[in-house]
Amino acid sequence: MARVASEPLNSRVPDGPIEQLWDRHRFNMKLVNPANKRKFRIIVVGTGLAGGAAAASLGELGYHVQAFCFQDSPRRAHSIAAQGGINAAKNYPNDGDSIWRLFYDTVKGGDYRAREANVYRLAQISNHIIDQCVAQGVPFAREYGGTLANRSFGGAQVSRTFYCRGQTGQQLLLGAYQAMMRQVQQGRVEVFARREMLELIVVDGLARGIVVRNMRTGQLETHTADAVVLCTGGYGNVFYLSTNAKGCNVTAAWRCCRRGAYFANPCYTQIHPTCIPVSGDYQSKLTLMSESLRNDGRVWVPKKAGDTRPPSEIPEDERDYYLERRYPSFGNLVPRDVASRAAKERCDAGYGVGETRLAVYLDFQDAIARDGVETIRRKYGNLFHMYQKITAENPYEVPMRIYPAVHYTMGGLWVDYNLMSTVPGLFVLGEANFSDHGANRLGASALMQGLSDGYFVIPYTIGDHLATASLPPVSEDHPACQEAVQAAEERLSRLMSVSGKRSVDSFHRALGQIMWDRCGMARNRSGLETAISEIRDLREQFWKDVRVPGSAGTLNQSLEKAGRVADFLEFAELLAIDALEREESCGGHFREEHQTEDGEARRNDEQFMHVAAWEFHGVGEEPTLHKEPLNFQYVPPTTRSYK
Amino acid sequence: MSGEHLSLTLRVWRQDGPEDPGRFETYQLDNVNPHMSFLEMLDVLNEQLIESGDEPVEFDHDCREGICGMCSLMINGQAHGPDRATTTCQLHMRRFRSGDTITIEPWRASAFPVVRDLVVDRSAFDRIIQAGGYVSVNTGNAPDGNAIPVPGTVQETAMDAAACIGCGACVAACKNASAMLFVSAKVSQLAMLPQGQAERTRRVLGMVTQMDEEGFGACTNTSECEAACPAEISVSHIARLNREYVRAALTAG
Repeated sequence: MARVASEPLNSRVPDGPIEQLWDRHRFNMKLVNPANKRKFRIIVVGTGLAGGAAAASLGELGYHVQAFCFQDSPRRAHSIAAQGGINAAKNYPNDGDSIWRLFYDTVKGGDYRAREANVYRLAQISNHIIDQCVAQGVPFAREYGGTLANRSFGGAQVSRTFYCRGQTGQQLLLGAYQAMMRQVQQGRVEVFARREMLELIVVDGLARGIVVRNMRTGQLETHTADAVVLCTGGYGNVFYLSTNAKGCNVTAAWRCCRRGAYFANPCYTQIHPTCIPVSGDYQSKLTLMSESLRNDGRVWVPKKAGDTRPPSEIPEDERDYYLERRYPSFGNLVPRDVASRAAKERCDAGYGVGETRLAVYLDFQDAIARDGVETIRRKYGNLFHMYQKITAENPYEVPMRIYPAVHYTMGGLWVDYNLMSTVPGLFVLGEANFSDHGANRLGASALMQGLSDGYFVIPYTIGDHLATASLPPVSEDHPACQEAVQAAEERLSRLMSVSGKRSVDSFHRALGQIMWDRCGMARNRSGLETAISEIRDLREQFWKDVRVPGSAGTLNQSLEKAGRVADFLEFAELLAIDALEREESCGGHFREEHQTEDGEARRNDEQFMHVAAWEFHGVGEEPTLHKEPLNFQYVPPTTRSYK
Repeated sequence: MSGEHLSLTLRVWRQDGPEDPGRFETYQLDNVNPHMSFLEMLDVLNEQLIESGDEPVEFDHDCREGICGMCSLMINGQAHGPDRATTTCQLHMRRFRSGDTITIEPWRASAFPVVRDLVVDRSAFDRIIQAGGYVSVNTGNAPDGNAIPVPGTVQETAMDAAACIGCGACVAACKNASAMLFVSAKVSQLAMLPQGQAERTRRVLGMVTQMDEEGFGACTNTSECEAACPAEISVSHIARLNREYVRAALTAG
């Protein structure tokens, strides 16, 4: 299925003790003279935590920044929906936290498939992020005395999570957005909203611009620059139903992959354990209930399979608190991959609850009895409100019903220690890259990574590239620009001209079903092989039978979706190939062939302790696998146990 | 869980572009599951339109969980529909009865011009934030987080204001198309926090000036905005904005 490159991929992590790597590296990188910064133009695609933070920080340094987003305002990027919190190694609660412990937890939580040097840097930077956000006026929860409050989160035994009620992502994003708006006012950042990136422009091997579609007018626009910073989020919507916003897509990343950027570990997808279950086939998206709820909620199913009694009529001794039973030391706070698989296991065995039997209870009865309704309301009020809106059930009285759903993707474009992809000048930040979470991301770590990359990594590493690369001016009529525009144009007119019978959404749903059934929480060889052939068939049908109404010259949401689904149909195949190649279970990637007797994941460190980075050669062509070997010098791999 | 399916008559505003005068079109939609969200109901309408060879209705939406602020819609004359503290994406069809006629329009305000169908341009809000809705602190020069203590009660009120999702329902609900609730939420949040003090005067003057330049109307204290706000922003923030403005006007000299 795959060609394997003989040369290992070089992550360009500098040598030295891990505690000093980043400091030394910052010293060794070339600087751009302050007076020269304004001569460089930098494109930032995506305005979530990574993109917003990058655009603001690069603007502050004096670069000329152009920021693009597909939403009507940069404030709406999907980082805004993150609920629970952001980790930092502040150790304010004095409960034993440290940079080293956050580093250790994240490497272990990622099931030993992340790059140690990146994770250590992330843990170091985590503390600066909190300081920066506080200074911006982000209203983090406080104790009565005025100091910052912390809570615990899945996968950790210390309280290191900072939060703003259940809207932490919103507040952090607005902080970054406001910082960016300040740079707009100062003339250093230009915002291009309602623009969708359709092509990367590569000149002499360097990323030098992008082609975007103006979604209001349908016009294609060429924007050239000295570097491109991609902050376009994850690809969870390849499953159609996910907790992602409807607009989240893989197009920008996939277009870059088609232009030579390797795609790393696409099979690492995170299925979040606490989401509101699917209720019908009209369903357009799934809603997450923050993991923080597992601090106070207890997860259970009836001890008797097929028990249809309402939860209030099931006595205590007939309930199976299966997480507490299987994992006594972490209990309800086991990491996401473990909690999700455990829920699936119970439901598959016939113990599921609710109308569809594909749900488990998350019960607050004990927490309410212990702390009182008011305390619970203060902590989780908006989440309970949201749950009630969607299900018409009151979680203060009836246990929530939850089931796992696609939430986050650890895979992404491959980047080196500088966050640069295999196309020099193309940097990739946040969820769009693969770098810090290995095979499973711990709760409250995504916000940390997005802001770390945007505020504190890219401002240094991009300077080194700009100071060392040869960057002659590129004008819009450069052949590479014209070729990219033409490619985008042809693709759009091809989509418009199929004139078939089926809507774009119907194809997207069909793709999602294939991915969820065969490439979801559990995977096996024959299922993945079937998935690959089903994806190919569906892709063929798409190009024969899709109907995109309207015209390309106006706002046309069907056309926008069609382009994204077309790219998902190409990308999905790579995801399945990667899942097939990785003959082990690790983190969010669970291969049924590789499990212990009690159903836990079994890694294969001898053969698979590497990053799988894929080079694209064409649709339907065999991709080339490039391996980046991983070394665990500081956190020796062990069997990950939360028992 | 399953209830009676609904048959609905939808009167939907269609407008081909900013210059088009626009019109209402009427559509019949049957078999609507009451557990659908309002936007999922529109998805079903659009599937039906595409199947019959018509152009689907364009409407803004993204997160579909009530936080991104992208969805909008006047539903039977109410911004985000009949439920309090609820965005259109969180409104469910169980709120309606079979046989209902539902009128669906875009936000109506000259500062929010229609782009197409139900999609409007809310970039005026971005420009208002650009005029001062931030704390001027560059990346890297922040003190330790706990060096800036904020009493829990102050933080709670600041968070109440910060919860604004920037959807524009306040403007759409106001007979004057005033943006005072939106502007006051940001002014109030930052005026209460110690971090916002240095720019307190400049911020409120800049943001109010920009608000006026964008063509939003004046506030006449009818509180429709508060009733329509999905994030439950209180008009007490408008009162604080007014105090901040007077204070700034007197001290700015």
